Amino acid sequence: MCSYIVEKTALVGSAKGRKGWMRIDTANVYYDHPYYSTLDHVLAIDFTNEGEGGRDRVAVELSAESARALVDRILAALASGDAAHGAAAAPVAIAAE
Amino acid sequence: MSFYQGLQAEVVPFRGHNGDQGEAYYARPLRSGKFPGIVVIHHIPGWCEWTTEVVRKLAHHGYAAISPHLYFREGGPNESPDDLGARIRAAGGVADAQVMGDVAGAMAYLRAQPNATGKIGVIGFCSGGRHTYLAACTLKDIDAAVDCWGGNVVVDNPKDLNDKRPVAPIDLTEKMMCPLLGIFGNDDHNPTADQVNRTEAVLKKLGKNYEFHRYNGAGHAFFNNMRDAYRPDQAMDGWRKVFDFFNRHLAASAASIAAE
Repeated sequence: MCSYIVEKTALVGSAKGRKGWMRIDTANVYYDHPYYSTLDHVLAIDFTNEGEGGRDRVAVELSAESARALVDRILAALASGDAAHGAAAAPVAIAAE
Repeated sequence: MSFYQGLQAEVVPFRGHNGDQGEAYYARPLRSGKFPGIVVIHHIPGWCEWTTEVVRKLAHHGYAAISPHLYFREGGPNESPDDLGARIRAAGGVADAQVMGDVAGAMAYLRAQPNATGKIGVIGFCSGGRHTYLAACTLKDIDAAVDCWGGNVVVDNPKDLNDKRPVAPIDLTEKMMCPLLGIFGNDDHNPTADQVNRTEAVLKKLGKNYEFHRYNGAGHAFFNNMRDAYRPDQAMDGWRKVFDFFNRHLAASAASIAAE
């Protein structure tokens, strides 16, 4: 795509990066040329903590096909979590961008 | 023709837009003599390993080449370029004016070297190709420019223009002051073959000195041997076109070291 188009979402969570575990509050999602992957385009996600300056990140670069499969498995895991734990996996309200 | 001449490659400080000091990757032949210079403009993902390979390749072919780290303001020299690139992307990218200032600074660095001929070329890839087109239209004293698959030279959606990228490069074509070489893959989606044709039509209409080469069986970034997009036959021919162009416009005698 060769663009700066980024989908940004606030979230609540934690991730393990080069300095160990950290809290994260933002995911920047884009589909564009990768930095590391050999693929022409990747679905990339940068998990950051904007509240702490956003300087550290946990990054992934996924093929489009595997990204879609991951979305499907995330939803499946949440559904099975709902079934097993009741409301524990229900959506949590977070501040919208 | 002589191969395997030595070269020196290193990270050097340079002054970019507004006099800001950043880092650039610089390589030059070690043999005696004077060399034309080439500025290499990296792509959106950042100041990557492949970019440094391009700089060394140009030095191997007899040029003093430099690639300014366009994202240096975002972090320190010890931070990974890909992390800086991620922050830049999240912030909406770098402003065209700032990039032009950084390219002008890199050109000044090259011209200040004692072994410089004074001739300067610019080459850029992907977004750097777009920046090269902009530089050819807005910066003085460029002797040759090579746009490798620069996207968004033609802007079909006005919403893609903003404070950082306020003008479609195609609309500045009348001001283009140097010869332009364009390298494109016909399977590319940005720029599309149609957009390349429209760019060429404007260059032709305005009587600019240009040459475009289009490759079948190739898409975006087909020179990049670190990507699945790499197409060796098309890339080898494309590189020959690039060196033929630079040799013609930047003084062939100084750059004949490894030309075929």
